[in-house]
Amino acid sequence: MKMTNTQVFWRDVPMRQVFWDSLHRFMPNRLINQPIIFLVGIGMTLSFMTTLYYAALGQAWGYSLSISLTLLVTVWLSNFSIALAKTRGRVVASRLIQKEQKRIAKLWHSQGETTAVPVTQLKRGDKIYVEANDIIPLDGEIVEGMATLNESAVTGESAPVLRQADSETSSVTAGSKVLSDWLIIKVTHPVGTSVLDNLMELVENKPRQKTPNEMALSILLNAVTLVTLVVVLGMIPASQYLGLELSPPILIALLVCLIPTTIGGLLPAIGISGMDRALKNRYLAKSGDAVEMAGSIDILLLDKTGTITTGERRANELFEVGHMPKQTFYQAAYNCSLQDETIEGQSIIELITPLNTDMGEPNVKRVIEFSAETRLSGVDLEDGTRLRKGAVQSVIQWLKSQNKFLSPELEAQVEGLVEKLARKGRTPIAVANQDQLLGIISLKDVIKPDIKLQVARMRILGIQTIMITGDNPLTTATIAADAGVDDFIAEATPEKKLDYILAQQQKGYRVAMVGDGINDAPALAQADLGIVMNTGDAGSRKAGNIVDLESNPAKLPKLVKIGKQLLITRGALTTFSFSSDVAKYFVLLPALFSASLPAIAELNFLQLSSAENIVLSALIANAMIILIMIPVAMHGVRFHAFNTHLLMSKNLFIFGVGGFILPFILIKLIDLALISF
Amino acid sequence: MNEVILIYLVTLLLAWPLGLYIARIYQTGSAPLDRVFLPIEKGVYKLMGVNPNVDMHWKHYFKILIIFHAFLALVVFLILRFQGHLFLNPDQIPNMSWDLALHTALSFLGNADQQHYSGQAQLSHLAQGTGLVTMQFVAPAAGIAILFAILRVLFKTKENVEQGLVGNFYQDMIRAIVRLLIPLAFILSVILTSQGVPSSYQAAAQVETLESSEEQAIPLGPVSPMVAIKQLGTNGGGWYGANSAVPLENPTAISNFFEAMAIMLIPMALVFALGYFSGRKKLATVVMGVMLSLSVVSSSLAIYSENQPNAATAEWSHQANMEGKEVRIGETATALWGAWATQTGNGSVNGMHDSFNPIGGLVVMSNMLVGAIFGGIGFGLVLFLAYMMLAAFLGSLLIGRTASFMNKPLEGHEMKLLAMVFMLQPFVLLVFSGLTLAMPALSGISNPGYHGVTQVIYEYTSAFATNGSGFEGLGDDSVWWNLTTAVTILLGRFVPMFLVLATVVSLVSKKATPSTRESLQIETPTFALVIILLIAFAFLSYLPFIVFGPIAEWVSLINH
Repeated sequence: MKMTNTQVFWRDVPMRQVFWDSLHRFMPNRLINQPIIFLVGIGMTLSFMTTLYYAALGQAWGYSLSISLTLLVTVWLSNFSIALAKTRGRVVASRLIQKEQKRIAKLWHSQGETTAVPVTQLKRGDKIYVEANDIIPLDGEIVEGMATLNESAVTGESAPVLRQADSETSSVTAGSKVLSDWLIIKVTHPVGTSVLDNLMELVENKPRQKTPNEMALSILLNAVTLVTLVVVLGMIPASQYLGLELSPPILIALLVCLIPTTIGGLLPAIGISGMDRALKNRYLAKSGDAVEMAGSIDILLLDKTGTITTGERRANELFEVGHMPKQTFYQAAYNCSLQDETIEGQSIIELITPLNTDMGEPNVKRVIEFSAETRLSGVDLEDGTRLRKGAVQSVIQWLKSQNKFLSPELEAQVEGLVEKLARKGRTPIAVANQDQLLGIISLKDVIKPDIKLQVARMRILGIQTIMITGDNPLTTATIAADAGVDDFIAEATPEKKLDYILAQQQKGYRVAMVGDGINDAPALAQADLGIVMNTGDAGSRKAGNIVDLESNPAKLPKLVKIGKQLLITRGALTTFSFSSDVAKYFVLLPALFSASLPAIAELNFLQLSSAENIVLSALIANAMIILIMIPVAMHGVRFHAFNTHLLMSKNLFIFGVGGFILPFILIKLIDLALISF
Repeated sequence: MNEVILIYLVTLLLAWPLGLYIARIYQTGSAPLDRVFLPIEKGVYKLMGVNPNVDMHWKHYFKILIIFHAFLALVVFLILRFQGHLFLNPDQIPNMSWDLALHTALSFLGNADQQHYSGQAQLSHLAQGTGLVTMQFVAPAAGIAILFAILRVLFKTKENVEQGLVGNFYQDMIRAIVRLLIPLAFILSVILTSQGVPSSYQAAAQVETLESSEEQAIPLGPVSPMVAIKQLGTNGGGWYGANSAVPLENPTAISNFFEAMAIMLIPMALVFALGYFSGRKKLATVVMGVMLSLSVVSSSLAIYSENQPNAATAEWSHQANMEGKEVRIGETATALWGAWATQTGNGSVNGMHDSFNPIGGLVVMSNMLVGAIFGGIGFGLVLFLAYMMLAAFLGSLLIGRTASFMNKPLEGHEMKLLAMVFMLQPFVLLVFSGLTLAMPALSGISNPGYHGVTQVIYEYTSAFATNGSGFEGLGDDSVWWNLTTAVTILLGRFVPMFLVLATVVSLVSKKATPSTRESLQIETPTFALVIILLIAFAFLSYLPFIVFGPIAEWVSLINH
């Protein structure tokens, strides 16, 4: 059996707590959640009662007691596996809560002083202070101040935005970075309402909801159990007819050996461990089926910004227009970028500086900050020159408002240039002075270095990656080609995203969507799997069903693997359980007959000792198999993305054949041990 | 050995084109020989007063099927109960008891043809030649009808399925009878008559035997048509009590060859039909691969077993086990017949299963416990589909996908229905067997000990599998046996039919997931292996009883 990693699964787990929890789980009202183990529990009770009865009658009761104790251990092992998985999850969750509690915000007091407090302690209405280079810790409303923010982590738009109090733009979103100045923010969405609650839920001992797949498998297992129960009950009249004596402890032991206790006992632990593993990778699943779904998705929708690109753009080329001298254009571009502290602005300076060494420093009269409304920024100089840069259409619009119009030739040239750049996936921005358009600066999206690899990994897992972006189709196509994604949705609006998901779902594909903005919420809710970045706003976090606490979409293949692993582990342990039951049949049945029909001893090919010893050995082996399989349930069966037949054959072989052979070996060894006592 | 390979090959070669023909019958549009058959069918519909062109909702389809069967059962019950007063009774055979009449009617209705009577002595020509023969046509036709209803749901038009429409029951039934069963039965009947099987309405012939001066009555009747459909329709209920072991039912090597082939012909052809009808030949290959390999293993074991000396007399004789076999047929042909008649739902015999060596007895019983090696006509494939769906559930998990079959998600509801299909058999078998063994006064077991256990379980297994063969020696014409086996047959036949139909309807009403490289491929050898393992697992849950019966007997005999 291969484990996913070599780390021992009980590391950092408080075993005392696990032990007590496992004892609590003997309560019938909790035991009944695992019908198979509940049946073992009933058998155990009956067996103990029989032992007392034998003892009261003065008959030999030792054997019956051994059976009862082994049954007790069997039930306990199942309880133990659940308690262990639960506690492990709690350990990870509480560690994450601690981490969240270490996030510090500056609480603002009316007298102008601030105190550092954990973000988790902030309540709705508290005021916090942020300044340049701070990340806004929580959603809120600006009550004082004005600042430029980079909201690319939230909106995907990398251009800096100005936010100030008492305006339409006074709300700020967690995850935005303050680029300049300071703000006092009134908290509107404290932490407790989302992530922390979910984490707390894991820490609390709430009953878990079974996933649909788990339910379907339970039905199958319960059916097999019922069939076995009928078979064993049917053996009573048949054996009486033949004059065979089958004592109650033996019948109970037989039943327990033949029902699928391995999978029945470990089924809850498998599900919980899947969520634990997700959590270890900083994925907080709101329910178990979200993790399962991750293993079955066909299509993944990724936002371009922050996922495929870093969200930053850098200037990479300069184009003067008309008969404009290069020098003039470069100087203007330089001048109006000098005050621009964004990466874009800085990259323009960096690009121009080596091209033009004798660049004079401008005498700036007034800095025009970028505003989302005009989509322009720039400077007014002392000499009366007014320089603006921004989206091409916005700049042309600005010129028009000054009654300056582009000549048809120039318009054609600009249009051609814009299209050419767009085809290359560049974003053009225009630079103009008060009289005319000077030139176009080409901005390039910075693609994350490892994205190609991640997309390729997704493809190996059978998942198509679709890029979503607000950019135009031409730009998008180039970036899509650079990143190697399978398809893209350009000029995406919330409705467009939703429609795309619906269309794919109509075709039967299972769609996962990674999102973080509030406008993603409808799409996230519609997607089969909504993965939300922790930096995302409260609305989207509510809509999704998995929160990525690290906000790193690049590790998505890991989540997919965890999902697949969870299902494979269920299938593998079911196969194992079934084949080991069959193996036990072959050992037990000859044992039952050897007393009345010595001839059948020939079928006792393991050369086992007495019938009573065989039954007890099989029962002990049955419990040991649960113990042996606990690590498999905890770690999950290793998943390799290869050909599905190969995967199926491999798992069938390892768990089918393994499950058939292991009981023989164990029973023989236990039998030898029992004889030597 | 060679004749076994030959008959497998010939049957396969004949089943292939027949499968294509059957698929064409059930496809929309024109079918072969429409010019001959359409007018006949139209006449039948007019006579029955039904409209064959209305697609029925699946529940309605099944309801009509049940009503149709119930009506037929009532008619046949009345014929049997009052045959003494009715015509076509030259040998003045008396009325049947109510419980035996009920059992006989339901047993023929359910395609089991379990007989707790001896045909020639207890049935009039009217009862055998009309009542029972009609049922022998209707029962396999109903199996084919339900199969194609299910296949339509799985493979055919989407818009119909969304409304739950599955086809027209009358059309499906009548087409199977008119276009498939009657023509084939006619051909076989002619062949059998040519070999000397009686085909008359005369009373029993009175002959003077060589041994004594007394006259012996040799019962005659329209035997060959009944034998033909008994073999072809996985029915198995013959004219004479000893079935095809009687020279009058099976006089020559040629008749034996054709009768044996007829057992397997339509069950095999339906697998080919599945491929042609669904357009998924690879799927049919997987089904055929699984069925054929299980069949070959089972037949080989049976033939091997019967070629061994009789377990009880092995000390004195080293010849093959000829107890309960016709010398003119021989051990191999008898073993093969026994294997085939239980791999399918046929259950006719040309030797006594009761006298098989323990392993041979184990094989015929195991075949019936599986029930889907080829199974009853149509019905076997329906059960096989249920196995496939379970295998798909497990297979999906093994490759890390949420479970689906034919790209439709298998969820709690479907698993509940499938679980019921597979739980029903052990419940019915073991509850009845347990009761019978617990109250030996009821059971009339002729052999105490292990063989007796085998007899009891065999009787219920045979009933549940709608097979009908008997491990004779059981005094089975009692109220207890007649009623319990009749109930077993009804449960074993109609409940799984309904459950599987309901499962596929529920399945296809869901959204399909398109087939991708990552989804479960069911048309592969690996998947075939998963099916075989599941069948083996389901079968092994009966292991305790197999050990109690045939295996314990075998072990006790070899160590005698």
